[in-house]
Amino acid sequence: MPLLENGQLKDDNWQSVADGAALPSGDILVPLSRLAEGLGRNNEGRLGVVLQSGDSVDALRQALPRLDCVQLIFPIFRDGRPFTQARALREHLQFKGEIRVGGHVLPDQYEFLLRCGVSAVLLREDSDLAVWQKAHDAFTVAYQPSVLEEQPEGFALRRRLF
Amino acid sequence: MSHAPQSALPVGHYAYDDVDRTFLKQRVAQFRDQVERRISGALTEDEFKPLRLMNGLYLQLHAYMLRVAIPYGVLSSSQMRALAQIAQRYDRDYGHFTTRQNIQFNWIKLEETPDILGLLADADMHAIQTSGNCIRNVTADQFAGAAADEVLDPRVYAEILRQWSTLHPEFTFLPRKFKIAISGSSQDRVAARFHDIGLMAREGENGRPVFEVYVGGGLGRTPVVGVKLRDDLPEEDLIAYLEAILRVYNEYGRRDNMYKARIKILVQALGVDGFRDRVNAEFSAMDKARYKLPETIVEAIRSRFGVPDFEEAGNGPEKLVQQRKADRAFDFWVQTNTHKHKQAGYASVTISCKPAGGIPGDVTSAQMNLLADLADQLSFGELRITHLQNVVLGHVRQDKLYDLWQVLEQNGLGTANVGFITDIIACPGLDYCALANARSIPIAQKLSERFASPDLQREIGPLRLNISGCINACGHHHAGHIGILGVDKRGQEAFQITLGGAADQAEVSIGQIIGSAMSEDETVDAIARIIDTYLTVRTAGESFIETCRRVGTTSFKDAAYATA
Repeated sequence: MPLLENGQLKDDNWQSVADGAALPSGDILVPLSRLAEGLGRNNEGRLGVVLQSGDSVDALRQALPRLDCVQLIFPIFRDGRPFTQARALREHLQFKGEIRVGGHVLPDQYEFLLRCGVSAVLLREDSDLAVWQKAHDAFTVAYQPSVLEEQPEGFALRRRLF
Repeated sequence: MSHAPQSALPVGHYAYDDVDRTFLKQRVAQFRDQVERRISGALTEDEFKPLRLMNGLYLQLHAYMLRVAIPYGVLSSSQMRALAQIAQRYDRDYGHFTTRQNIQFNWIKLEETPDILGLLADADMHAIQTSGNCIRNVTADQFAGAAADEVLDPRVYAEILRQWSTLHPEFTFLPRKFKIAISGSSQDRVAARFHDIGLMAREGENGRPVFEVYVGGGLGRTPVVGVKLRDDLPEEDLIAYLEAILRVYNEYGRRDNMYKARIKILVQALGVDGFRDRVNAEFSAMDKARYKLPETIVEAIRSRFGVPDFEEAGNGPEKLVQQRKADRAFDFWVQTNTHKHKQAGYASVTISCKPAGGIPGDVTSAQMNLLADLADQLSFGELRITHLQNVVLGHVRQDKLYDLWQVLEQNGLGTANVGFITDIIACPGLDYCALANARSIPIAQKLSERFASPDLQREIGPLRLNISGCINACGHHHAGHIGILGVDKRGQEAFQITLGGAADQAEVSIGQIIGSAMSEDETVDAIARIIDTYLTVRTAGESFIETCRRVGTTSFKDAAYATA
């Protein structure tokens, strides 16, 4: 699946581990239920966790310094919980690693995702990159602060988006 | 005399600058692109739906409906003319004012919508977040900045909340819609406790405002009176605290059942203390500096509001007294349709959009243009839409009231019924709405005709009559002293009556259904008998809601179901 990061498509070198499967070596993403198991590996690669939209990010509080990636899942684009999960990871837990989203996401949500602290999006194979780029360029101003700490635009709470 | 720097600013609402205008143009371009992607099939209807809803576009029974935002209900004369132009060019020459102080156009074509949004943007207007599961138009007191009983002007804060909530990255896909109201008066004219968040502002000890915060109120299928979360929220924490409430709601609000997804259900599930604990935990964990609302920002927003340049009262008040003595009909209108102004020699005027037999809240493009002209001549170019679906001229000289009333009379806008039984709130109902079970408009028209006599209405006194065409309660029937709820009774339109609701009293209450549903005509007759009963049993000076609370509903129920 193509991964969109900083406006570029890049290869996704992370392996998602299914529920019953043995943990391979290399960079792996495990479900929250297998976090302890993942942490128990010995220098076999980087570790990430997949959170479902109903999972609490607080469950990662202890493990987070040892994680390089958190993947959030939109079961459907209307389920807005991953926005709050991403923002909480950045703002409350000071997570500096990669936050990626997968599942059903629209390009029209791209800017919101970035402003909540998401760094990469897993795209469907048939995605049109130009549409995502256009969505990113659609607005030059936002009306509230975000975790990106954008520069003020004029006055009030407005922020300059690029 | 006039202060040159301020005269350029629109009175009563925020003045856009180039940054705001650029944003609106970008929003229109984005929607134009989304419409094209929908037409090309790149977006499914399921994916397109929330995107169009967040631009105010609903698919109704017969056509698309476009709901245009009127932030805190205030608009300028030029904005009203733009609405008239849209009504004339893109609709059937009328619009409908709503209970969220917005305007709806009922006969819109999808492919013309980007052009309409473009016209709105040219007038510094939009339809952003007038629908969808996001923070909706923030409503405020229709007499803001004018009322004698006002503590502080809530519109500055409503504007701050409008800006903060606009395309909020975290809160645009909430479990369900989210409505905020703010009042700056001890008299709650915004139904604060029937909102997801209701804010009551008052002066704090340091000269800056503090807010009482109510949460979890609402009407709809499950009417609930909101509970108080905070008594004394400081101004600088306003944004941070609302962020905290919305974060808790976005994370924990139910998403499995849209009828259980409003914040009121979450507050009930957690209990007010449990909910408050989560909000406070979030509030104390968050980066306060990031979300602080400093005084400088409040004042920067305030400086973008034009203020009226009042004149001396002169002999205006005496002139008004003479005119009222000379013309009884005018005197009645002044009694019912004007509100005490803080400035000597001025009054706020409520223009009734509910003529006898008319459709509540409907206004033609000609009337919109007339209202714009009157605002220019008499009220600093400013108009307000009320949540009771009327129009207010906020600042009219008392010696101009007689001229104003005569012009209104000649144009079907002079009805002296504000606060009376024919000042009916009604939703669009089955004439337009895909959700409705029954038509709201015909029964509103019949009731309006039945009680049209000015003397009869005055005899009955203050009475709030609200009509919803279905359980979703857009006509706020639970909050009516008398409420009417349209239902489907074995395939027929029928109506239930509720009694005892009130959003406008010191003690708010939810109306209770008194019995089984009746036909339209039976319901009109039943309400007439309820009114007769009230006139018989009331004590001197007692309003309908007061009588209802004193004697209970039994005698009214007996009257309603009595067959002659």
